[in-house]
Amino acid sequence: MIALLSAVPGFRGPQTPLDPAGPQALHIEHTLFLIFWITSVVTVVVLTVLAFGVLRQHAKGEIPPPFEVDPQTERRATWIVGSAIGVTVILLFVMMISSFITSHRTAVLANSSALKINVYGHEWWWEIEYPNEEQPYRIVRTANEIHVPAGTIVDIHGTSRDVIHSFWAPNIHGKKDLLPGYWNDLTVEVDHPGTWRGQCAEFCGLQHAHMAFNIVAQSREDFNNWYNAQLKSASEPQTPQAIHGREVFLSHPCMMCHTIRGTTANSTVGPDLTHVASRSMIAAGTLVNNTGNLTGWIANAQSIKPGCRMPPNPMDANDLNDLVAYVESLR
Amino acid sequence: MAEEFVKPRRVLDVSALPDVTFASRSITWWGTLGMMVIEAGVFALALASYLYLHSRSATWPPGVLPPDLLWGTINTAIFVLSMIPTEWYRRRARQGDTSSVQIGLVLACIIGVATLLVRYKEMTHLNTDWTQSAYGSIVWLIMGLHITHLLTDWVESVVLTVLFFSPHIEGKRFVDAEENASYWYFVVITWIPIYFIIYWAPRWLRS
Amino acid sequence: MSEQKAQLVLEVASRESSERRAENLTRVWAEPAGVWGWFKAVHHTTIGKRYIVTAFAFFLAAGLLAGAMRLQLAFPEAHIMSPDMYNQVFTMHGTVMMFLFAVPMMFEALSVYLVPLMVGTRNIAFPRLNAFSYYLFLFGGLTLFAFFFVNSGPDRGWFAYVPLSGPDYTPGKRADMWAQLITFTEVSALAVAVEVVVTVFKLRAPGMSLNRIPVFVWGQVVTAFMVIFAMPGVVIASTMLLLDRTASTQFYNPAVGGDVLLYQHLFWWFGHPEVYIIFIPGTAIVSTIIATFSRRHVFGYMALVLSLIATGFIAFGLWVHHMFATGIPQMSESFFTAASMMIAIPAGTQIFCWIATVATGKVVLRTPMLWVLGFFFVFILGGMTGIFVASVPVDLQVHDTYFVVAHFHYVLIGGAVFPMFGAFAYWFPKITGRMMSERLGVWSFWLFTIGFNITFFPMHILGLRGMPRRVYTYPAGAGWTVLNQIESCGYVLLFLGVLVFLVNVWRSLRTGPIASSNPWGAGGLEWAADSPPKPYNFLDLPTVNGREALWDAAPDQPIVAGLHEDVREMLTTRLMDAEPEGRDEFPEPTIWPFVAAVVTTALFIGSIFRPVAVSIGAIPLAIALIGWFWPTRQESARRRERDIWQKNS
Ligand code: HEA
Ligand code: HEA
Ligand code: HEC
Ligand code: CUA
Ligand SMILES: [Cu+2]
Repeated sequence: MIALLSAVPGFRGPQTPLDPAGPQALHIEHTLFLIFWITSVVTVVVLTVLAFGVLRQHAKGEIPPPFEVDPQTERRATWIVGSAIGVTVILLFVMMISSFITSHRTAVLANSSALKINVYGHEWWWEIEYPNEEQPYRIVRTANEIHVPAGTIVDIHGTSRDVIHSFWAPNIHGKKDLLPGYWNDLTVEVDHPGTWRGQCAEFCGLQHAHMAFNIVAQSREDFNNWYNAQLKSASEPQTPQAIHGREVFLSHPCMMCHTIRGTTANSTVGPDLTHVASRSMIAAGTLVNNTGNLTGWIANAQSIKPGCRMPPNPMDANDLNDLVAYVESLR
Repeated sequence: MAEEFVKPRRVLDVSALPDVTFASRSITWWGTLGMMVIEAGVFALALASYLYLHSRSATWPPGVLPPDLLWGTINTAIFVLSMIPTEWYRRRARQGDTSSVQIGLVLACIIGVATLLVRYKEMTHLNTDWTQSAYGSIVWLIMGLHITHLLTDWVESVVLTVLFFSPHIEGKRFVDAEENASYWYFVVITWIPIYFIIYWAPRWLRS
Repeated sequence: MSEQKAQLVLEVASRESSERRAENLTRVWAEPAGVWGWFKAVHHTTIGKRYIVTAFAFFLAAGLLAGAMRLQLAFPEAHIMSPDMYNQVFTMHGTVMMFLFAVPMMFEALSVYLVPLMVGTRNIAFPRLNAFSYYLFLFGGLTLFAFFFVNSGPDRGWFAYVPLSGPDYTPGKRADMWAQLITFTEVSALAVAVEVVVTVFKLRAPGMSLNRIPVFVWGQVVTAFMVIFAMPGVVIASTMLLLDRTASTQFYNPAVGGDVLLYQHLFWWFGHPEVYIIFIPGTAIVSTIIATFSRRHVFGYMALVLSLIATGFIAFGLWVHHMFATGIPQMSESFFTAASMMIAIPAGTQIFCWIATVATGKVVLRTPMLWVLGFFFVFILGGMTGIFVASVPVDLQVHDTYFVVAHFHYVLIGGAVFPMFGAFAYWFPKITGRMMSERLGVWSFWLFTIGFNITFFPMHILGLRGMPRRVYTYPAGAGWTVLNQIESCGYVLLFLGVLVFLVNVWRSLRTGPIASSNPWGAGGLEWAADSPPKPYNFLDLPTVNGREALWDAAPDQPIVAGLHEDVREMLTTRLMDAEPEGRDEFPEPTIWPFVAAVVTTALFIGSIFRPVAVSIGAIPLAIALIGWFWPTRQESARRRERDIWQKNS
């Protein structure tokens, strides 16, 4: 088993604390390994001693009468047990200190240059907001996909719009709960470009299982390009299909829940769709963002994510196709 | 194994031990004590919740006046004074003095009614209700908890009083009487911190 | 009779006289016959057996629910269960295992049956309260399953965090039923806690001074105290939840000054001690079995007792380690990390003392001992992962992942279920009068142990690979599929292991060899009673002369005489030195506790639908309680002329 476990450190992937993409996750991984090795060794030692103790002399067949253990055996045992407890105390102390140091290191204070991002948990998706001190009205608002510049400190500032959720992207940092009535901060840094997966870690109801998000780390300029693109309001539909699609959107319940900046749709029940086509996934990491999935989702989200807050939208086929064409034009 | 029976053996003869025992020598006393500890724990956590909610709230009490002092203070006075007759009949119970205990218990029932009536006035002067805010909820919860104790203790006293005017009088009844007295002490003593939290905390912690 | 003391005298008892006494005691102590009699029973062995059977039935039920979960999780994006059904199933599993199996079995059932025997008295203190507590536990459990079968099972996890379980996000009665189930189980646990404390403080056999109390009994007393101090937390938490839901209070509503973390603090104030309430009885069992099957007094009696007490205290300084991710200040987090790691010291101390006992003793490998050895392996692993999660930074990564699920199954099953199976094998002869089959015992042990590790070990890895807990399914691409399938296969072995155990019980009850009063040559007082014990437990109340009463008894160890045997009289002794101090009477069987339990159940369930049910139900409840305590004329008359008043009172 120890062997099995020690195979774990080699593990890599987009959603594991064992493949750190930033200093915070890296520090934590070190403590994890320290505790792992100490406790593994202790376990092996303790169990081996026990095994010898059992095999040393065990009575076959009849149960022998109880007996008095001779004093110096007892004294030797006392001595051994005493020192074992001593060792325990020392080892615990070591692990405790290492844990404190890591806590301290991972709590880098957000400096002024840090990029601020607001995250709001919803049942069952993530609202992402890039506040803008200079021009408060020019806010980037998106969903389920967080873009950050690699190598910069990012201050994630989170709360919940309904129940408790927990923001967790293991390759980057430990988790932080998003609680109604509280604001929690998580200061992270991603040291190289790439995409990592995060998932809600606090049970939040029916679709807790489908509440994921992506963190996309980019070079500065890529990030700036993305940011400026997201600042714009929705691009005018070009094809007749798309133009009709927009009418469908605005004449159907869609607009009662979604925002598309530049149109009359400006509700905040559901994700902001102004640039939905620019995202790689839809429905909080549930589906790849492609025509088929979009169509299926819009027609009947309940069949894909039972209980989610988006109702089925029965409509005839070409309305639906045009609608999807429009949604896909929202880059 | 027959012979083992016929040869004399050492026995511990306990026939002389008393079977009417008070306080730490009576298991009823230990049982009541256990219940008191549990209930004290509930009160303690309820009061802790009050302070926690205060620490989480900007204004205290939130947008309402603190409870009016008058009736709460009157009740506190009744509680404190009631300890005198209680202590008296508790001591007489230990002497097996039937008539004194009868008087004491009747007094206990009357005092119970009195505190309940005053408590009713208290509830109408809390200046908040439980649906308004977390503050209102916790105030009503704490008061409710204490009322439950008043009620149960009162029923207990009444039943015991009836027993004391029935042919059921015997040692155990006097033990019960003493328990009844100590339980009343518990009700009174838990009230003191509650009184200060409910009535004075909103004034001292006002913000 | 002026001198109110017990004195040692020589007495000649003829076989005839003792036979006459036996008949007489049987008449006085016999449980009432007939159908109604069944509901009147108050003897601790009767109620204890019912507790054991009921709690174990709940274990089986919750185990089957676990099977349903393992089936659903065996395939990515599976649709075997709807998310709604899965949430009910995992919540029922956790709730039933914790509140209807683990605590009732490890604490209530075992102490109700064993503690009075082990301290050498004829019944548990407050036997009527004991009966009441059992019925409440039973009815609570049954109503929970009734709700589950009509698709109203709780679905918010075994700790039902607000606001998710609050009025806004959980319509219907699911969360209310959960909160009321908690009330049922906490009342019964608290009742038994008081009974155990009083039994051990006042009803011990003469000579069983504090430093001679068997470690098992120490364990149950410490547990009882933990119940007494921890339960109020969940009492308040669940009451506030219920009020928020039914009486529109605002305790947890942030909009008007309520706070969602208040619930977590209150819940874990109870919830953490809870896990040691489950674990300490386990260690108590281990200490007992280890001593018997190493043929020596357990090593380090004092160290063991002190560790139990230390665990009991430290347990109340740990609750925040379940809330590390909520963003509470780093300072206090560090404190709780320190406390959580400190608890490993008493745990380690016990482990080391047991190993010393084994290593210096003559080990006898019988089924009970096998389960104890299994306990070492499984529990130590679980304890070690406890150290992982005790570290704030590490916990921030593995919290609410399958790593934690692995941790707590290793400690819960290692710390409670393994000892429990050991205890069954060990005390089965005492309870039923028949031995269990060693062969089947060994089979169920290996099936369960291997199955357990196949099921739960991969969960560590899953957690470290990012799989959150409480997800009804997972994406195919996540790389979690294979490990989940291994786990689900392990479940089959687990299932077989339990099944073999059931077969063993079933066969042994019929054809098992008749057990002597002390088949293991053990030292505890319970082995001085017949197997199964007579309704009066001991013909002659024993006196005690050492920690292992039977091993240390003097050749002419005195026995107690002079109690009235035409009534259920008990001997009370002093707390410290267990010197005889007084006599009292155990109450007779009666229907009232049952009636009271029925009324209470109606009241609790009614209050879910109409809060006024509390005030309405209060009246019949009061009547039932008065009937319960009302003495009969003969009783009063008899006592009046027998009364000996305590002197210098
Ligand atoms: C029987 C029940 C039981 C027991 C005994 C324990 C024992 C311990 N538990 Fe566990 N725990 C649970 C049941 C239990 N736990 C449950 C049910 C949960 C989850 C609740 C939920 O979320 O659903 C939980 C969750 C839980 C958490 C929260 C995790 C999270 O949600 O993120 C933490 C964090 O600190 C924790 C810590 C510990 C520690 C430090 C111990 C220690 O007591 C362990 C001590 C024992 C040992 C360490 C092994 C023996 C010692 C030696 C051999 C000496 C040498 C040792 C060293 C040198 C290290 N537990
Ligand atoms: C003492 C407590 C205890 C015990 C013994 C168990 C035992 C088991 N548990 Fe459980 N578990 C919890 C306490 C416990 N669990 C808790 C508290 C949670 C958290 C819940 C929450 O998140 O809120 C949890 C959660 C939990 C999960 C995570 C669910 C999730 O997060 O989505 C899983 C998943 O595999 C699981 C599996 C199992 C399995 C396979 C067993 C097996 O060991 C079961 C073994 C038993 C059997 C196999 C029964 C065999 C039955 C028979 C033979 C019946 C024969 C039939 C008749 C006679 C009628 N448990
Ligand atoms: C009653 C509210 C409501 C209505 C009406 C509604 N939606 Fe949604 N929509 C949501 C919610 C809530 C989500 C997030 C669901 C989730 O991920 O759990 C969502 C998600 C989406 C997404 C995926 C966004 C992302 O980035 O994940 C798209 C695309 C979408 N809706 C399009 C539409 C269209 C087109 C219509 C109309 C035909 C529509 N919605 C009608 C509430 C609604
Ligand atoms: Cu959001 Cu789980
Ligand atoms: Cu804990």
